[in-house]
Amino acid sequence: MLQGWVIASVSFAYLGVLFGIAYFGDKRADAGRSVIANPTIYALSLAVYCTTWTFYGSVGRAATTGIGFLPIYLGPTLMAGLWWYVMLKIIRISKANRITSIADFISSRYGKSQSLGGLVTIIAVVGIVPYISLQLKAVSNSFIILLNYPGIVMPAKAGAQPLLQDSALYIAMILAAFTILFGTRHLDATERHEGMVAAIAFESLVKLLAFLAVGIFVTFGIYNGFGDIFDRAELVPKLKALMTVADSGASYGSWWSLTFLSMLSIMFLPRQFQIAVVENVNERHLARAIWLFPLYLILINIFVLPIAVGGMLHFPDGSVDADTFVLTLPMVERQEALALFVFIGGLSAATGMVIVETIALSTMVCNDLVMPVLLRWKALRLHEEQDLSWLLLSIRRWAIAAILLLGYIYFRAAGEAYALVGIGLISFAAVAQFAPAIFGGIYWKGGTRQGAIAGLTAGFAVWTYTLLLPSFAKSGWLSLDFIKEGLFGVTLLKPQQLFGLAGLDEISHSLFWSMLANIGCYVAVSLRRRPDVVETSQGTLFVDVFRHTEGAGRSRFWRGSAQVQDLLPLIGRFLGPERAREAFLAYARRHGQTSIEQLQANADLVHFAETLLAGAIGGASARVMVASVVKEEPLGIDEVMNILDEASQVRAYSRQLEQKSRELEAATAELRAANERLKELDRMKDDFMSTVTHELRTPLTSIRAFSEILLEDPKTNLANRKKFLAIIVKETERLTRLINQVLDMAKIESGNAEWHTAEIDLHEVIEESVAATSSLFGDKRLSLDMALEGGVPKVMADRDRLIQVMLNLLSNAVKFCEADRGRVAVKLSAGGDAVRVDVEDNGPGISEQDQRTIFEKFRQVGDTMTAKPQGTGLGLPISRQIIEHFGGRLWVESSPGQGATFSFTLPLNREGDTRHEERTEK
Amino acid sequence: MSKRILIVDDEPNIVVSLEFLMKREGFEVAVAADGEAALRSVEEKKPDLVLLDIMLPKKNGFEVCQTIRANPEWQSIKVVMLTAKGRDTEVAKGTALGADAYMTKPFSTKDLIAQVRQILDMA
Repeated sequence: MLQGWVIASVSFAYLGVLFGIAYFGDKRADAGRSVIANPTIYALSLAVYCTTWTFYGSVGRAATTGIGFLPIYLGPTLMAGLWWYVMLKIIRISKANRITSIADFISSRYGKSQSLGGLVTIIAVVGIVPYISLQLKAVSNSFIILLNYPGIVMPAKAGAQPLLQDSALYIAMILAAFTILFGTRHLDATERHEGMVAAIAFESLVKLLAFLAVGIFVTFGIYNGFGDIFDRAELVPKLKALMTVADSGASYGSWWSLTFLSMLSIMFLPRQFQIAVVENVNERHLARAIWLFPLYLILINIFVLPIAVGGMLHFPDGSVDADTFVLTLPMVERQEALALFVFIGGLSAATGMVIVETIALSTMVCNDLVMPVLLRWKALRLHEEQDLSWLLLSIRRWAIAAILLLGYIYFRAAGEAYALVGIGLISFAAVAQFAPAIFGGIYWKGGTRQGAIAGLTAGFAVWTYTLLLPSFAKSGWLSLDFIKEGLFGVTLLKPQQLFGLAGLDEISHSLFWSMLANIGCYVAVSLRRRPDVVETSQGTLFVDVFRHTEGAGRSRFWRGSAQVQDLLPLIGRFLGPERAREAFLAYARRHGQTSIEQLQANADLVHFAETLLAGAIGGASARVMVASVVKEEPLGIDEVMNILDEASQVRAYSRQLEQKSRELEAATAELRAANERLKELDRMKDDFMSTVTHELRTPLTSIRAFSEILLEDPKTNLANRKKFLAIIVKETERLTRLINQVLDMAKIESGNAEWHTAEIDLHEVIEESVAATSSLFGDKRLSLDMALEGGVPKVMADRDRLIQVMLNLLSNAVKFCEADRGRVAVKLSAGGDAVRVDVEDNGPGISEQDQRTIFEKFRQVGDTMTAKPQGTGLGLPISRQIIEHFGGRLWVESSPGQGATFSFTLPLNREGDTRHEERTEK
Repeated sequence: MSKRILIVDDEPNIVVSLEFLMKREGFEVAVAADGEAALRSVEEKKPDLVLLDIMLPKKNGFEVCQTIRANPEWQSIKVVMLTAKGRDTEVAKGTALGADAYMTKPFSTKDLIAQVRQILDMA
């Protein structure tokens, strides 16, 4: 005999254990040694998904639809496969923006909109209340059934109980008190409840073990394994039908929509968002959850069918509700302890769900619904309050109590019209409305606040009309007429056959129309205008979260001025002055300061303060509050676009920088080479000066010596006197020639030479040069042959300069030719695109080594014993410079003993000329 | 007995002037136009003093000076270097190689004669 007090005290003891775990978890968290920094605990806590609906309801659904209970678990399993893409992104976004709830997430995404946050909160509360009532119903029913042990008595209709004798009311009150203790002991900037997560993970284990225990007991205790149960079921026609998969199109459609619905629910149920996103301590925990959580779902579903079939075999008359098989089967077999354990498992599933769900909802109600209103309500004078943290906590506590009360009211009103699963699905369909705004928000930058509001409103309205109101109607709260006849008697408006769409179950039907309205309105309204400044910046932070890491990007979108003395008290009002000081001090230390007073109130600090506040009162309110104490200069849309452009161009910039640095290196190398050349030129200039000095001193030596000799001894004999004076004159001429040529050379090299370029007939130039040197030839009695081709085209050049070249070549030839036997030949020819002049002599020739050096300055060839060559050593270098100036080439061909031929060419077309100009200009 | 002077220079006009000057002072004069000819002349008949140009064909003045100083028999030969290159490094190099004096072209004939006389202890 299980007396009421036994059940109650075991239940309270269990809750006490839970509270102990939570308390321990919080203490450890405060000490910095988190108990939940463990991927397995994260995965287990996600199993808060499995409520009493799973615990009792799966068997109930299996008893009516066979494996129709599976989509609810198939969906999450499929979704888990996508978590690494979708959930990771949501977690990353939420951490960067200190998101506290799903309402906060959506309102932050669409420009920190308070109205959007409020709308989401309302949808969530209205949508989740049936779900909470489901938990109350399950716990209360299981309590009543267990109370009648060993008799199997189905509980009376919920409404039939007098209020004060209704166990569900007391359960609701106990759960409210317990949740308040759990969730609102203090305000945390990140809204994290480590102790609660630890307790939830523990509960997940308890309910799994309890369910497995029943499953094993039924399968192997009552029957002889899986085979035995199904063999027996084969014999009963009604049960045989259950074993086959859906047999009509509608059933397939229902399968599909349930799977889809549960895929969205595992993401967007407020409690799943709370556990998976807000309470996540480490992104990498997700990796284990992706396989561990589906594994958990498989384990908790293995025995669903055996229990369902076993129950139906055991109670063939249908007097026992299939939802209670988990409990009634052990009872009928007189397994007192097991039945109690199952009750605890169910209680565990219910408390887990209620605690997390109401904490999540209360945060949303407080941050996104109540606080925005209170803060605007000037009469409350909240702006003058020094510490508002008590207010936040009390709002949340009242919100928890109110939500559970609503759940109880729904339970009293509609609880009997639906089986457990039916109620749960209504909630699933409600939270599915968040999907377009969230998926659109994290993958599409074009979504706008109005789009999200329109989509959510439309979807919610359709949901209300097609699911919620019919559920009220079926409970007798509303007349059933509008379901049967359509609103105002219009058949097309029948809530469960909207616009004539029939043949779907009510969930699929509602899902179809609400999603159509939701997505359609979201996209259509969003496309009506470009996102504004805040939407663009938030959209970028959300969509490109993997590029804007660590929230560093956020402060880029803020400009203005602020004072630390304003920010600190503001944060203090909501977090409590002490916590605020601690947080600011920690921030200061992270930034290398020792005290709060040293902090610079820049964009980063404002951003820090805002996120700190967002953790307590939500993003939208935090923005409003921070804006009230700082002077903000709004950014124009163009500026935001610029910032975004800059961000996307950062990588391009860095590539350009690398490129630039490579170019710089190349330029440095070029400069170094140029410097080397300059040094070389400097050395050459040095050598040149030294050589010129030498060449000047040499004639001066003779001149001075003979002048002194003549001056000292006026009686020098006439022959000597004549000889000495002749030398003086000759050396003076040599000096003059040298100076002229050095200056000439310098002019040409520096580019300051004057060039009188005109059309020149080379024939004429050669004739004139030969005439000028004829006396030299005559002196040495040399022969001169001329072979000048007729009709040679004219070239563009400087006439005097070409004569200078010819004179140099001719006089060189004369110089090296032996008197009497010497022979010089001059040739002029045209070929291809150039004219060519050759001056050939039969002198001693030039060795290969000398051929390279004669064009250098002050290099002369000659056997000085016999004939010291006359000249400055500048003739050939100057000649080569002149010819090259006109785009031609001057070179020598010779072998020792065979004479030498100096040749030059000049181009016929002007292009060669200009090409050369370009080269010299470089 | 008059002292013998060897004049080594590749500029004919300078050789003419030096030859005239030295003969006027009563020295016996020999002439060479390049480094190798100079060493041959020294071998043939050892001079008391060499007036040695540096920029010479075949063997330059430094090499000639070095060769003379390397031969113990030629230690008594005085060497006066004459050069158109007046840089300090050239002077230092000549002195280091054992030249007795160094004169930069163009020189004062008086100074040159005085220098030669002093080195030959005839002052």
